[in-house]
Amino acid sequence: MAVTLTKKAADRVEKYLASRGKGIGLKLGVKTTGCSGMAYTLEFLDEPNPEDQVFESFDIKIFVDPKSLVYIDGTELDFAREGLNEGFKFNNPNVKDECGCGESFTV
Amino acid sequence: MALLQISEPGKSTDPHNRKLTIGIDLGTTNSLVASVISGEAKILEDNNYRLIPSRVLYEQDQILVGNDIPSHAVSIINSVKRLIGKKKDDINANDIALDLADSNDIFIQTPQGFKSPIQVSSDILKKLKKIASDYFGDEIYGAVITVPAYFNEGQRQATKEAAKLAGIDVLRLINEPTAAAYAYGLDTKKEGVFVVYDLGGGTFDISILQFNQGVFEVIATNGNSSLGGDDFDQIIKNYLINKYQLNSQGLEEQAHLNLIAKYIKEKLSSQNTFNETIKFNNQNYQIDISLSEIEESFIPLVDKTIQCVKNALNDANLSIDEIDGVIMVGGSTRMPTIQNHMKQFFNQDLLNDLNPDEVVAIGAARQAFVLSGQAVDDDTLLLDVTPLSLGIETMGDLVERIIPRNSTIPIAKAQEFTTYKDGQTMMKIHVVQGEREKVSENRSLGEFVVKDIPPMPAGAAKIKVTFQVDADSLLTVSAEEQTTGTKTSIEIKPSYSINENEIRKMLEDSFTNAEDDKKFRSLAELIIDANQILELTEKALHNDQQLLSDHEKTTIEKCMNNLKSEITKKNPSKIKQVTDELNNASMSFAQKRMDRSIHSALTGKNINEINK
Repeated sequence: MAVTLTKKAADRVEKYLASRGKGIGLKLGVKTTGCSGMAYTLEFLDEPNPEDQVFESFDIKIFVDPKSLVYIDGTELDFAREGLNEGFKFNNPNVKDECGCGESFTV
Repeated sequence: MALLQISEPGKSTDPHNRKLTIGIDLGTTNSLVASVISGEAKILEDNNYRLIPSRVLYEQDQILVGNDIPSHAVSIINSVKRLIGKKKDDINANDIALDLADSNDIFIQTPQGFKSPIQVSSDILKKLKKIASDYFGDEIYGAVITVPAYFNEGQRQATKEAAKLAGIDVLRLINEPTAAAYAYGLDTKKEGVFVVYDLGGGTFDISILQFNQGVFEVIATNGNSSLGGDDFDQIIKNYLINKYQLNSQGLEEQAHLNLIAKYIKEKLSSQNTFNETIKFNNQNYQIDISLSEIEESFIPLVDKTIQCVKNALNDANLSIDEIDGVIMVGGSTRMPTIQNHMKQFFNQDLLNDLNPDEVVAIGAARQAFVLSGQAVDDDTLLLDVTPLSLGIETMGDLVERIIPRNSTIPIAKAQEFTTYKDGQTMMKIHVVQGEREKVSENRSLGEFVVKDIPPMPAGAAKIKVTFQVDADSLLTVSAEEQTTGTKTSIEIKPSYSINENEIRKMLEDSFTNAEDDKKFRSLAELIIDANQILELTEKALHNDQQLLSDHEKTTIEKCMNNLKSEITKKNPSKIKQVTDELNNASMSFAQKRMDRSIHSALTGKNINEINK
């Protein structure tokens, strides 16, 4: 299994990394908080941790710490537009329940 | 689901706690709103318009702002920024063709009554805030608003009041030239002196900034409040009238010519000649103008701005070779005539690669992002971090992490917890350190008990638990019962008696056991849910079993017994299945109880009593 990006998401990440001027990739993870158990984290990464798992999708490196990986393995990160807003969306096959806002979930 | 943006390393926000910040350039002629999204400052558009005209139209039943105002409308309030924070004595009332109320405070008469400049500004700000909250589909946490460097305390205070009236939390007011400097990232330099050349539609401002020890200081300002891009349009307009013998008598013709002149100015900012057919007074004119033939007539205006620059340099006691950078702000600075003269005057390349109309809003957005604590400045990388997560024990032998590992210290985080049983009056706060889901596999750091919680139904009490790690790694955990305000706390030194190797081992364990931990957590959560439903059902049976037929009662009791035995067997999918069965079996029971309590609440009362 792996964590992947859609082409659209990869293009965005590439653009954001370029405009930020630094960073070696994306860091995806989860933390235990929120109204429905877990919440996603999505960050730029400047320095990798040795334990991080690294995936590559459309030339973008994706880092996931092993503890988070069990919750998001198989996830595809997409870039979507909803109304005026646009941003990243986790398509996570492990999710059983989401809170109404979708920012947190349980597996 | 909600759409996420990419945060800076270690700065992911909690759900429902996203700090959406904006930067607002509240201009005399136009305003803009911007925000940092996934690390990139971006102008938020109003139906594809990036610039929001700073104009307000009050009608009997509505307030229109900016692009919403129809082009044929009259009695539009323009340039209210020129009035904000001023008294009547401060202004030349003849300059302003407005109905003013009869006091020293300035009020503008509108179909909705007298409006102060603060109220008018707040209506513009409300519009900008709405553009942003519509974009995010969420509330705005706070804003940085820019003001001219020469604004006095009264004008700044008035701008803040306007923001407050618009429901905007002002993180900070910053000077427009300072915002421009942020946009160019000059705050990442060591130190330096910068000139900001801001030629707006109707105003010209020059500011000299000194950046020293992380702070921008405005050391001199100068300018001309009646010199701007519009004056260049006038020159082109007069040139057109003469060259093509245009009839420009009527107001409408004048207005049309203004637009044509502005269009030509913009074209001549990116090309050397203008050759197009223009329709004017129902006649087609072939217009051919080269930049070189008209440039000469711009020189007096450019010289005026240069005089202001010289005055400012003089005031600051600086010579041209002491200037480390020149930032161009305002759409009119795109004109090659201005670019060339400034480059020559300062004898250096200009900072002009950002959109000069947007650079102030961009800088404000960046500053708002930093002030809300979402940016990582490079200095913080040197700070200490928490090597392991810190949290407390919750129901089901689970750990709730309050401060995640690798958080920079000092740090404080709070979370609310509640009671699990009806009438529960005590709560144990067990502080643990580590990455595992199961309490016993983390390091126990200490515990204390919150006493005297007023008896309440389960889930109603609110205990706010705060973790605070100071710069010396000292951890203070406090718990406050929200209704009584009773506070209990302990101090712990988490790094005490733990070494690098042990930390390393605890981390590795959490990685190798990640899959088991995940299973443990989901099972524990299922059992907590199941027990809670059992308890609720038991209570309901005890109080209201007369609502049930014998058959219904037996079914529910059978489900309850099933669930109790499945809980001991610890098979997650079975527990989930039997919990659902119990839920289904007791659904009509819950419905009956609900109906009955509504009935008893309403019986014997007349409609007026109920409406109270």
